[in-house]
Amino acid sequence: MNISVLSAAMWSIVALLAVSGGAVFSVRTRVPQILVYPLCAAIGAAIGAVALWSLLTGRVENLVLPLGVPWIGSHFRLDALAALFLSIVGFGGCAASVYAIGYGRHEPSPGRVLPFYPAFLAGMSLVILSGDAFTFLVSWEFMSLMSWALVMAHHKEPGNTLAGYVYLVMASFGTLALLLAFGLLAGPQGHYDFESIRSVVGAHPLAGLVLILALIGTGSKAGLVPLHVWLPLAHPAAPSHVSALMSGIMTKVAIYGFIRIAFDLLGPPEWWWSVPLLSAGAITAVMGLLYAILQNDLKRLLAYSTVENIGVIFLGLGLALAFKANGLAEAAALAMTAALLHAVNHAAFKSLLFFGAGSVLSATGERNLDALGGLIHRMPWTAALFLVGAAAISALPPLNGFVSEWLMFQAVLVSPELPQWGLKFLVPAVGAMLALAAALAAACFVRAYGIGFLGRPRSTAAADAREVDGFQTGAMTVLALACVMIGVLPGFVIDALAPTIRLVVGADGLPLQATQAWLSLIPLSASRSSYNGLMVFLFIAFAAVASAAVVRTLASRAVRRAPAWDCGFPDSRPITQYSPSSFAQPLRRVFGTMLFRARETVEMPAPGDPAPARFSLSVSDLIWDGLYAPLAWAIGKAADRLNRLQFLTIRQYLSLVFGALVLLLTMLTVWR
Amino acid sequence: MAIIGDYLIQGFQMLLVLALAPLLTGVVRKVKARLLRRRGAPVLQPYWDLLRLIRKEAVIAENASWLFRAAPYLIFAATWVAAALVPTFASGLLFSWSADLIAIVALLGSARFFQTLAGMDVGTSFGGIGSSREVMIASLAEPALLMVAFTLSLLAHSTQLSTITEVLDYSEVGLRVSLAMVLIALILVALAENARIPVDNPTTHLELTMIHEAMVLEYSARHLAMIEFGSALKLLLYLSLIGAVFLPIGMAHTGDGAAAYGVGLAAYLAKLAAGALLLAVFETAIAKMRVFRVPEFLGSALMLGFLATLLLFVSRGL
Repeated sequence: MNISVLSAAMWSIVALLAVSGGAVFSVRTRVPQILVYPLCAAIGAAIGAVALWSLLTGRVENLVLPLGVPWIGSHFRLDALAALFLSIVGFGGCAASVYAIGYGRHEPSPGRVLPFYPAFLAGMSLVILSGDAFTFLVSWEFMSLMSWALVMAHHKEPGNTLAGYVYLVMASFGTLALLLAFGLLAGPQGHYDFESIRSVVGAHPLAGLVLILALIGTGSKAGLVPLHVWLPLAHPAAPSHVSALMSGIMTKVAIYGFIRIAFDLLGPPEWWWSVPLLSAGAITAVMGLLYAILQNDLKRLLAYSTVENIGVIFLGLGLALAFKANGLAEAAALAMTAALLHAVNHAAFKSLLFFGAGSVLSATGERNLDALGGLIHRMPWTAALFLVGAAAISALPPLNGFVSEWLMFQAVLVSPELPQWGLKFLVPAVGAMLALAAALAAACFVRAYGIGFLGRPRSTAAADAREVDGFQTGAMTVLALACVMIGVLPGFVIDALAPTIRLVVGADGLPLQATQAWLSLIPLSASRSSYNGLMVFLFIAFAAVASAAVVRTLASRAVRRAPAWDCGFPDSRPITQYSPSSFAQPLRRVFGTMLFRARETVEMPAPGDPAPARFSLSVSDLIWDGLYAPLAWAIGKAADRLNRLQFLTIRQYLSLVFGALVLLLTMLTVWR
Repeated sequence: MAIIGDYLIQGFQMLLVLALAPLLTGVVRKVKARLLRRRGAPVLQPYWDLLRLIRKEAVIAENASWLFRAAPYLIFAATWVAAALVPTFASGLLFSWSADLIAIVALLGSARFFQTLAGMDVGTSFGGIGSSREVMIASLAEPALLMVAFTLSLLAHSTQLSTITEVLDYSEVGLRVSLAMVLIALILVALAENARIPVDNPTTHLELTMIHEAMVLEYSARHLAMIEFGSALKLLLYLSLIGAVFLPIGMAHTGDGAAAYGVGLAAYLAKLAAGALLLAVFETAIAKMRVFRVPEFLGSALMLGFLATLLLFVSRGL
């Protein structure tokens, strides 16, 4: 039987759009509240399953529909690269929908979320399946607009309209860059479908420019510094399951767009293309975390951490590009595997963490760490699952975050083979930044978890929190299991990535991992490096269980509960605990004094004066103040000036038209 | 037969590090006491301390969670696994391939992750201060350690610690600028990570400058014993690492006879003793620094590691 996987995926997308349309028409009834999320979960699972099947069987399918621009039509294509990312979208969407079955009940205005949610999923799937520039850009804009509508779902909360506005501006800017990139790729003959772009032999004359434009276009959607400004505003503003989709999945769609253009459409790479990627990736990784460490809002912290992970992925892509340009196929496959595996991992743990934050939000009404604390007692499941996510994102063995981080380090360590001097200086610096980011991630998530879930409740809302329902914990459990399984048995996932690697790097992927002895991970050769997540997991489990058993038999089992010791002066007021800002203070002093102009001032009253002492802290965002604020000011100023054009007399307008005509004619003569 | 021997040697190493770790701490304390003209506790005192702690009733704060009670075992387990994977008296142990140098660094990171979380669990200000300072130190010490790992891996074309020691042992490498740099970096990191003077003071209590002791302030009895044991193992790990990489003399290799293993063991004990002596002398000779001077201290370690890596990227001969 010959079932077309692509048409199955297309029908699923049609079904999503139909659900969306149905929700629009029945928005005043309770029907969409009951049906939308279960339907989305089922369709998402179907999309994920067909995409995974297509990835594993290695089928390539094309489809042309008579839609869109008349003489082009709409091309759709499912190859190994699209299949990988489509399965991320499908399964991620499924998890988010299952979570939303529970979480959506707390939604104050479901009519603002339900119609857009399936359409957002459909938009992301369409971007991945598009096979020509026109369909790609239309789907890309559709995806942006649907997510924008979801960001604006709670538009009455302070700050959300600003978030939506900034998002819209940045999304338009990104699409403009992509539009130009595709325009250059299409060339004067107007090859808009990917097949004919790909078939152009040899290097594109303006390939470097196309790469930069693609980096700007997709990087602004993914959150590369300095194009990240919208992301920490918009991602937290949306309902939490949408935040998870935007942070965990939509950023991956952007990564897909970049890989498609840079590795598939653009032809043979040049080594210097990796320079902007590596530098932007490294800076993004470190800056994202430093921002995250200073955040008190749990969801915003997670959004900044997304920025960090995107940096890590782009860094891996940069290495892959450098290796590919130099013909080092094995190394390119290694770096690409690291980047793709990190994309898969990040989709899993970031969704998990956003679900956790959403559960905290629905249980307490708070996402400010200053008002949380002690949730491990009130919400044991959420706390335990969030801990798995936090440990995974901090790249701790034996979880999945460590595997991709480890592969990334291995890729850095083979890069002395690169012949170019520029890269010889850049790559060690990038490696150091990556190491710094790995350590800072642990610091960031110790802070988030320690303040949010441990300690004593800092507000009555946190003290009265209740555990969330089974759909929410169920979705989180599945993702936590995925984090553990990928960490313990990474070989199978890496083998599944092999067709994608072959497609984008043009060489065979890593050696088959599932056949390695003891299921260990051996990217290049056994004498060079190996890691066995399963063994590490078993060793740790054995050591912990053995030591606990020995202590239990030998030791006294007596336990007495008593007030905290705290050096003899326990204070029962929760305010005496470390707050999120005080926890961040040492790191802020070390890293923030220069990067964020963090300044602390203490005003001590004179001795004998009963006035309170005051402490104030000022932190400034140099990227916003230095880049965006002047830009916004200049645009505002220019708009004010141009506003005068609306109030001219008819003579002035006519002379303006005449002047423009003369100018154009002069240009034409000069051009000739 | 050979495979059984391999299992035995691996098992022996796991038990050896356990058995030696408290002794090492005892020796360091003894030497420090003698240098201060005190008689000091017997070198076996840490064992008695552990036994005494294990037998006591555990007093746990009222609002401590399961994490607080599980963390000591996890910290101990992660540190033990890491310590058992560092070549001590022999390289190429049976399970040495299951984690390379980068994974060992990350395992120590896991231990620290749970340690810092446990410090915040009860919700006291001391726990918070200890944890927040610990993550600040770790955020510089861990990259520095990774840069050391990078340098060694670039020299040996491998991140496997066994391979690194073998390459360095057969002295094809010789004296290198980069090796000298990472030796200094590794020592600086080791001092910071083990909460030794000048970064932290392992003997201080009730002092605002403390870091490690502030995190474990709420622990008592068997939980405290596991954490103390973990700290001792960590000190042993760092000394073994420095010994294995920079002084791989006498280490037994795969396929050697029993005599070679005996020599390896003797050499290992001698290396540990020398390390303990040097550590004690260093700690006695130097004063503790302010906590906000620590970033400069560790920043220099990070920079040394980075420069060493850069040198190797530029030229394999440096």
